[in-house]
Amino acid sequence: MSETLSTDVLVIGGGLAGTWAAIAAAREGAEVVLADKGHCGTSGVTATAGPGHWWVPPEGREGAVVDRLKRSLGLGDPDWMRRILDLTWTSLPTLRGYYDFSTDDEGRPFYRGLRGPEYMRAMRNLALAQGVRILDHHPALELLRHGDGSISGAAGLALRGELPWTIRAGAVVLATGGCAFASRLLGSATNTGDGLLMGVEAGADLSGMEFTNYYTPAMAGTNMARSMAYSFARWFDADDRELDIPNGPDVTPHLARALMAGPLFCRLDRVPEDIRRVMPQVQPNFVLPFDRKGIDAYRDRFEVTLHAEGTVRGIGGLRVVDQACQTQVPGLFAAGDAASRELVTGAISGGGAVNSSWALSSGQWAGAGAARVALGQGARADALVVATGRAGLRPSLAERPVDLRAAVQTVRDELNDYERNIFRRGPALAASGERLDEVWTELATHARGKGRMSLRTREAAALVAAGRWSKAAALARVESRGMHRREDATGLDSRFAARQRARGLNAVWTAFEPTVAQAEVA
Amino acid sequence: MIEIVIEDRCTGCGDCVDACPSDVLEVDARGKARIARQADCQTCLLCELHCPTDALFVWPDYEAPVGITAEQALASGQLGAFRRDSGWGEHAATHSNQHWRMGSIFERARLQAIEIAARKSVQAEETVR
Ligand SMILES: Cc1cc2nc3c(=O)[nH]c(=O)nc-3n(C[C@H](O)[C@H](O)[C@H](O)COP(=O)(O)OP(=O)(O)OC[C@H]3O[C@@H](n4cnc5c(N)ncnc54)[C@H](O)[C@@H]3O)c2cc1C
Ligand code: SF4
Ligand code: SF4
Repeated sequence: MSETLSTDVLVIGGGLAGTWAAIAAAREGAEVVLADKGHCGTSGVTATAGPGHWWVPPEGREGAVVDRLKRSLGLGDPDWMRRILDLTWTSLPTLRGYYDFSTDDEGRPFYRGLRGPEYMRAMRNLALAQGVRILDHHPALELLRHGDGSISGAAGLALRGELPWTIRAGAVVLATGGCAFASRLLGSATNTGDGLLMGVEAGADLSGMEFTNYYTPAMAGTNMARSMAYSFARWFDADDRELDIPNGPDVTPHLARALMAGPLFCRLDRVPEDIRRVMPQVQPNFVLPFDRKGIDAYRDRFEVTLHAEGTVRGIGGLRVVDQACQTQVPGLFAAGDAASRELVTGAISGGGAVNSSWALSSGQWAGAGAARVALGQGARADALVVATGRAGLRPSLAERPVDLRAAVQTVRDELNDYERNIFRRGPALAASGERLDEVWTELATHARGKGRMSLRTREAAALVAAGRWSKAAALARVESRGMHRREDATGLDSRFAARQRARGLNAVWTAFEPTVAQAEVA
Repeated sequence: MIEIVIEDRCTGCGDCVDACPSDVLEVDARGKARIARQADCQTCLLCELHCPTDALFVWPDYEAPVGITAEQALASGQLGAFRRDSGWGEHAATHSNQHWRMGSIFERARLQAIEIAARKSVQAEETVR
């Protein structure tokens, strides 16, 4: 038994980018199906966080772009920055009636930041109101394409009943989020890089995959990567000696070094009283682990860890080739963290403002672009389609059991580890690449799962694939730029002032784009 | 990790089953929520937020279940705390969403860091003198 559907636009992933994509496609008059691995409204990193957007009044925009462009270290594009500033400004107020916008102390509506669970609940309801058909617990496993290479839909698994599904569509948007490399980052369990693997198998390529080393502190043993309170933190070693670690955007390497030397502890006693009082209503989930474990967050010393974010608040993803966020595969669009954010963030993280504006904007452009493609070409319902999925779905040789747990652990070892992933060196990157290649070969040659295990197998393949692209790109960028930090090549090198592409399955391929003279900013 | 369903409170509405992003929960034949795939739990807490009767209890450790009993969960005073602080359902009137304060809180932290750095440099100078 299997489920078969046909629609104009299929959106894969129902987080921030996917819901904006579905809404935009529906507004163009397209019939839209949105399939999420989890539940659209709770799944993904948006739902557990509280994204503040890049919300700048028109008169401040040009200054914001100039500043951001400088910090993007040669990889950003001012036109894309202007576009997302513009669309963020006009889009957020349209959520009135779905999101209960607060007013600030002066009574002005506050649009810039929205709390995750309420934001995603609003997005789901708005999508439903636009006629989007939402399929929860429907992970996509692979893309389907026409004989001419253009995309014709996807296939996956409905978790309830473990039934396969096939959806034919005139165009597909990949909005599967970033790849957190199986770290314990809050909200990221379903973000295993599936969209990157599906996209590359279908012929798309990636960009910026070397930028995968953003980390966030959390109480040890918990995933609670809400970092606001830690901007007031004091840090201590196991002997309770205070460490000289200044808080700010560059705190991660300091914390990582401390953690490599031994356990790391934290005191939040510098959080001002008035902030402590409102914290439960600002970030309700932040206070919860402390309250449950009987720790006084603002008095007691507690142990902390750093969670790897991979490409989530890292940068890399599918490369878009036009203003509608289409990939180089006709009919395949990418949005949000599944796409590379270099155009708008360059070589530094877009967390804190730019990423959510990118998700909101790229989602709408991709959704509208997909609708235009789908409505323009008609259904092509009778055309033959080819399934593109390989590793984990269709082993190249005899099927046999593969240790998925060990495969995922290798990804954690190589991509979460502080020494290997933060303080990068050529030989260690190459060795990581080789270990991941071995796991990849085993998965691609022999692995196949049934029912739910087909999803787990595919996730393992996607994690390993993303890890290989990341290591290869980091190895090739023999310099330090933004978050990518090479201990054996410190400092910027103008020869590398360009974006780097990656693709390849059995063999990984990377290449730098020709450096283009940086576009002038007024 | 999701630890326990307080069966006396559970009405079997299925809201948590639908909401769980990792498909951990089921409603069983007796009409009660059941933890069907505990190992898949990602400790996101969103089932608690979506349960109208505060019948679910998640422990903050992600690695392995710690074996909290219904009695312990009830005694913790923490059942429903996330839903309350979030101002969902009947808590809307008493617990407003103050997420909008985040920007100014980050700004306070930034200013505090500058102040501390300034103080340190003065101290350093004094020791040199
Ligand atoms: C703790 C934290 C705080 C943050 N704060 C900010 C901030 O203040 N400002 C800011 O700009 N950015 C912030 N970010 C980044 C921002 O949240 C993300 O850029 C944005 O939410 C990305 O949205 P998305 O839709 O691409 O991904 P997600 O919201 O993660 O959604 C991806 C969706 O795809 C689904 N999916 C995955 N694989 C499949 C598959 N195979 N089939 C079907 N569905 C699939 C997932 O289940 C999920 O629902 C933060 C991130 C974190 C982790
Ligand atoms: S904490 Fe999250 S993943 Fe775990 S059962 Fe609840 S909703 Fe599901
Ligand atoms: S949401 Fe609460 S009441 Fe409803 S089934 Fe789940 S545990 Fe039971």
